[in-house]
Amino acid sequence: MSDIVLHKDIPETLLPADAAAGAETRTVEIDSHALNFGPQHPSAHGVLRLVLEMEGEVVARAIPHIGLLHRGTEKLIEYKTYPKALPYFDRLDYVSPMCEEQAFALATEKLLGIDIPDRAKWIRVMFAELTRILNHILNLTSFGLDCGALTPALWGYEEREKLIEFYEAASGARFHANYFRPGGVARDLPAGLEERIGEWARQFPKWIDDLETLLTNNRIWKQRTVGIGVFTTEQALSWGFSGPCLRASGVPWDLRRAQPYDNYDKVEFNIPVTRQGDCYDRYLIRVAEMRESVRIVEQCLAKMRPGPIKIQDHKITPPPRREMKRSMEALIHHFKLFTEGYHVPPGATYTAVESPKGEFGVYLVADGSNRPYRCKIRPTGFAHLQAIDEMSRRHMLADAVAIIGSLDLVFGEIDR
Amino acid sequence: MADNGNDLVAGATRARGALGSLAFALSTAVPGIRSAAIEGGELVVRTTRDRLIPLMTLLRDDPRYACEQMMDLCGVDFPDRAERFEIVYNLLSVSRNHRIRVVVTTDETSPVPSVHLLWAAATWWERECYDMFGVLFSGQPDLRRILTDYGFEGHPLRKDFPLTGYVEVRYDEDRRQVVYEPVKLTQDFRNFDFESPWEGILTLPGDEKAHETRQGLKLPR
Repeated sequence: MSDIVLHKDIPETLLPADAAAGAETRTVEIDSHALNFGPQHPSAHGVLRLVLEMEGEVVARAIPHIGLLHRGTEKLIEYKTYPKALPYFDRLDYVSPMCEEQAFALATEKLLGIDIPDRAKWIRVMFAELTRILNHILNLTSFGLDCGALTPALWGYEEREKLIEFYEAASGARFHANYFRPGGVARDLPAGLEERIGEWARQFPKWIDDLETLLTNNRIWKQRTVGIGVFTTEQALSWGFSGPCLRASGVPWDLRRAQPYDNYDKVEFNIPVTRQGDCYDRYLIRVAEMRESVRIVEQCLAKMRPGPIKIQDHKITPPPRREMKRSMEALIHHFKLFTEGYHVPPGATYTAVESPKGEFGVYLVADGSNRPYRCKIRPTGFAHLQAIDEMSRRHMLADAVAIIGSLDLVFGEIDR
Repeated sequence: MADNGNDLVAGATRARGALGSLAFALSTAVPGIRSAAIEGGELVVRTTRDRLIPLMTLLRDDPRYACEQMMDLCGVDFPDRAERFEIVYNLLSVSRNHRIRVVVTTDETSPVPSVHLLWAAATWWERECYDMFGVLFSGQPDLRRILTDYGFEGHPLRKDFPLTGYVEVRYDEDRRQVVYEPVKLTQDFRNFDFESPWEGILTLPGDEKAHETRQGLKLPR
């Protein structure tokens, strides 16, 4: 199917008069052209600007430009007291807010040297797992949407709505919960919520089955994802991968198991691991993780006992409002806590949690005052996005979209 | 419950013991390490810029340390020190299940050797640190800004950079483009300092000196 016509094929009578001049060889270099993907592209999952150097339809180089959502969170936190710094974490990865709060709460508790009550730990574990499902539903369904499957997204939003209602019942907010605080959780679960969550946990595995009938053995889905964006174990380790992306490349590593925090050492769950490291494996891992999360939620509900939900030191957690009406001391504590906050002894800690996307860490430096001296946030997607050049090289343009979907990027967290 | 608690304590002690032996091995066997100690349950190794690359190579390749991953690189600014920046590397070993934190210091002009040849992930972390603090990394081929705006000036996470920044942007209807202007605050920036003793005022105003000598406390600010 070549449409190159050689001179010898053309009858001499048809050649132009100056055929000799035309016989000179000319080398024409065809530039690979650059394509701006985003920052307003629906598949960019936010404000990613990806400059793609293309050779035809093949990606030669992918250069991500990030920072379009940079809000200076780390700088702002340096000017806020510890309780006021916490809500910023909801706004980092706005798809899994409570897991981000957990990292900051644990880091602060570590520097304060306090241990929280058992019920608070169970509530935290349970809501961290609900958050994981919340995150994975959005990721898997929008990943499907990127590859042309519309139905999962429609179904997924209904399930997410149920989980967001649990958020609202517990914390009063649908997304920006500000619920896990240093010293415990903000308030106890309202009456009846445990039963509602238990009821939901019985029904939810059926929804995962439905999702899998749409995608797992779907021919188009497999054509779009199997063998796309393969990352080996060595590559994944070197590029700082964590969470589902690392486990898809064959590393059985999960901070909930390896370095357990809160009550993760008291629940049983499996860690799904696959070997191929392609987009399909990252999808499978997340589906399997949702099933494990439901198991953990059920165990939390079974093991949760009534009791205090925050430590009783009112220099760190606020006193109950009922008491404030009667006790002068409680009133003073409340006032001081919400103006001055508490002083954290000098020290530094790197505390990481297994957020739905992977390792989310906080490097917190305290200088003994009521504000963090430095609070470095280790976002998960930052490391994953960095590898996109290596991952999408020599792939088709449409595969780059699938790779972005499989990495689970949220720019609130990457840009901070 | 009690058994469980004891197990936890024993486990924590074992973990601390393993980290402690690592700290001992690092501080005795490896040259060029300023200190290696357990600080708050975490292993912290302090070293100098010129010894950084050999140490990092050792931490990655020696099977005792086996830090396959560099999870985070973080700058901290201490303006009062001679070398004002601390560069903090948080390393993770997924095979040995431990974390090692490596700390080097530097100032505005002395470059820190780049570790991007050891861990591919280092490039963006170093770019971020350069962007936020202005720390230079030698051997890093891609030392561009990453999080701040195109054409941004200054390094925002330095302690002497104001929280409000220097410029603000808005869309200009007449010029039909986004314009940059110096920051105008309609009200002065207020940096509240709520610090005061919890237990009430100990010193009467005007009585600070006598109180200081009496109690051996520092002057309240």
